[in-house]
Amino acid sequence: MKLLSCKEATSLVSQGLDRRLGLVERLNVRLHLLVCDGCSRVARQFAFMRKAVRQLGERES
Amino acid sequence: MNDDFRSQVEAQRPYLLRYASLQLRDRAAAEDAVQETLVAALAGEAGFGGRSNLRTWLTGILKHKIIDAIRKGSRETAIESDEALEALFDANGHWVAFPPAWDHPDRSLEDKQFLAVLELCLEGLPEKTARAFMMREHLGLETDEICKELGITSTHCWVLLYRARMALRKCLEMNWFEKQ
Repeated sequence: MKLLSCKEATSLVSQGLDRRLGLVERLNVRLHLLVCDGCSRVARQFAFMRKAVRQLGERES
Repeated sequence: MNDDFRSQVEAQRPYLLRYASLQLRDRAAAEDAVQETLVAALAGEAGFGGRSNLRTWLTGILKHKIIDAIRKGSRETAIESDEALEALFDANGHWVAFPPAWDHPDRSLEDKQFLAVLELCLEGLPEKTARAFMMREHLGLETDEICKELGITSTHCWVLLYRARMALRKCLEMNWFEKQ
């Protein structure tokens, strides 16, 4: 188990939206987000963007 | 597994990465080749047996991985580097500027102007990145379908999706959330 950098952490958070992460990956990400406000915000922002992009085109007119 | 061996192998990562980068001219492909090398090395510790210099042994494995990457690369366009993404982090992978919180993002979803900014930001993404991102986030396709459609590997696909998200959040931040 190693400490992730913010770059690695955000990359894994992103991958977590596209594939099932391994156990070690999930633990590492959770550990990082626990101590890093910046990456936690980015994780929430990724989820928000998914929601926003998914509903694009539904509010035309 | 011998932890001492693991840390000795891990200590060679920066050297191996420089070696691979020099030949592959592609950071992501170089990182993949090095990662595969380290995994192979840790799995094959017995094969080392202290007979030769550790770095020499690892470099030998890496050479094969580089050749594989080059062969794969001739079938697939290499992932070009993303300077905007690289600029967000320092050499250790830490934020250059800490990402700020977004104020009530859900309220923005009701705002027509926000949706216009979102569309502009999406249009600003590189073509392939934008296609991968829209297939994933708007159409909800799984990665393997996207890979097949774009003729890329799943690793490449995850890289594109990560870049898209990072570029989009930066664009939304600069053109919307910082202005609220």
